[in-house]
Amino acid sequence: MNAWSPWLNIFGVLFGALTVAALLIWVERRLLAVWQDRYGPNRVGPFGLLQVVADVIKILTKEDWIPPFADRPVFVLAPAVVMTTVLMSFALVPFAPGIGVVDFNIGLLFFLAMSSLSVYSVMLAGWSSNSKYSLLGGMRSAAQMLSYEVFMGLSVAGVVVLAGSFSLRDIVEAQRNVWFFIPQFLGLLTFLLAGLAETHRLPFDLPEAESELIAGYHSEYSGMKFGMFFVGEYLGIALISSFIVTLFFGGWLGPFLPPIVWFALKTLVFICLFILLRASLPRPRFDQLMAFAWKTMLPLTLLNLVVTGGLVLIFG
Amino acid sequence: MFTSAFQTIWKVFLHMFQKPETIQYPEEKSYLPPRWRGRIVLTRDPDGAERCVACYLCAVACPVDCISLQATEEEDGRRYPEFFRINFSRCIFCGYCEEACPTYAIQLTPDFEMSESNRQNLVYEKEDLLIDGPGKYPDYNFYRVSGLELADKDKGEALNENKPVDIRSLLP
Repeated sequence: MNAWSPWLNIFGVLFGALTVAALLIWVERRLLAVWQDRYGPNRVGPFGLLQVVADVIKILTKEDWIPPFADRPVFVLAPAVVMTTVLMSFALVPFAPGIGVVDFNIGLLFFLAMSSLSVYSVMLAGWSSNSKYSLLGGMRSAAQMLSYEVFMGLSVAGVVVLAGSFSLRDIVEAQRNVWFFIPQFLGLLTFLLAGLAETHRLPFDLPEAESELIAGYHSEYSGMKFGMFFVGEYLGIALISSFIVTLFFGGWLGPFLPPIVWFALKTLVFICLFILLRASLPRPRFDQLMAFAWKTMLPLTLLNLVVTGGLVLIFG
Repeated sequence: MFTSAFQTIWKVFLHMFQKPETIQYPEEKSYLPPRWRGRIVLTRDPDGAERCVACYLCAVACPVDCISLQATEEEDGRRYPEFFRINFSRCIFCGYCEEACPTYAIQLTPDFEMSESNRQNLVYEKEDLLIDGPGKYPDYNFYRVSGLELADKDKGEALNENKPVDIRSLLP
């Protein structure tokens, strides 16, 4: 470890995360196309890979318009919040031994805190846009994120009980013998669903709901501010996927291949799963969403936590 | 409740192994049936003369008023359009002109590749519209079947046409 390695880590993670988020736009469009018997973007560059570059050039040269009726400072701040919180969470991800920006002993709590903060971005965006669709989207997202936040925290509690630590690296190390998705299958399911709702991905994309709210909270956004929300969403997918891998699928652990490759492969599988869910599931009604969170998922996570705790007390 | 969701996810996933339906357009072309309603043409009769008799029915039938023409007459009594203009930037390719045409002159063809950078280039004049052949009805010739009297054709000389009845005579 020389003096440069922290800087290398910081910029490596930043660069890697943003590149992956940008590439995900292409990956998602291609995968959705494959599942809908189409080709997707395949014209720009090899396999349409340069589509990302074209999109970025387009979005950067677009007019960055702020509507005159918007609350200007908040309107400008909102997209920055989502990027900041998601990137802060990325600092925690233990990619491999020696790769990763920080290792807090309360890492998991920090992640939960950051994902709670990102609700402000959506809510403030909806509020400051001063238009009815944005406001509806913002309110929905506030209610949704709050409800799903509750059992997201509880769903990972079982993992914490088993690993005996909030530090993500310790959690990965604790999975040397058995990956936590076997003892914590309920926890995995609930965390996956909560993650979907937190990133407001398609089955739970009620804050955006293009068919009813136009684009929800980012109706009024254009140019790179919209791009920030967009990239923020894809960063969120990558983040939730990497956390699922870290908490339930043994992080970088795996035979033969180098740790970072294992981590990337596992994360990619979950990113593809997220996209598959988007390709196949319809959006529930809002009251169904809330009822599902409070009446099904919350009792399930509580049950999971109680059983896990009891078993650990008896055998542990 | 959840089994249907998992079924859906699995079925969507299986689509991965199906061939895409997409036709990669500029390289591959899709099949256009002969009755496809595309670029409008003016056809000629089997003798090579213009079929259009400038009756204005197409211009009347056109819902977007994109057809404009001016009738004139030859010395032998045959009518033809002095100019015939279709503004394809307005045309909606509904085919009503083809239906309205009494002489099969105006016809829609299976061709849609007619985009232009300059809007004015979409206004087709008669020389752009006229084709050399008879199009979909190869044997039809309006003046040969109609009872119209021309300089070189009297009443009753058309195909399947009886001689005019002499209304002043009682004999059959």
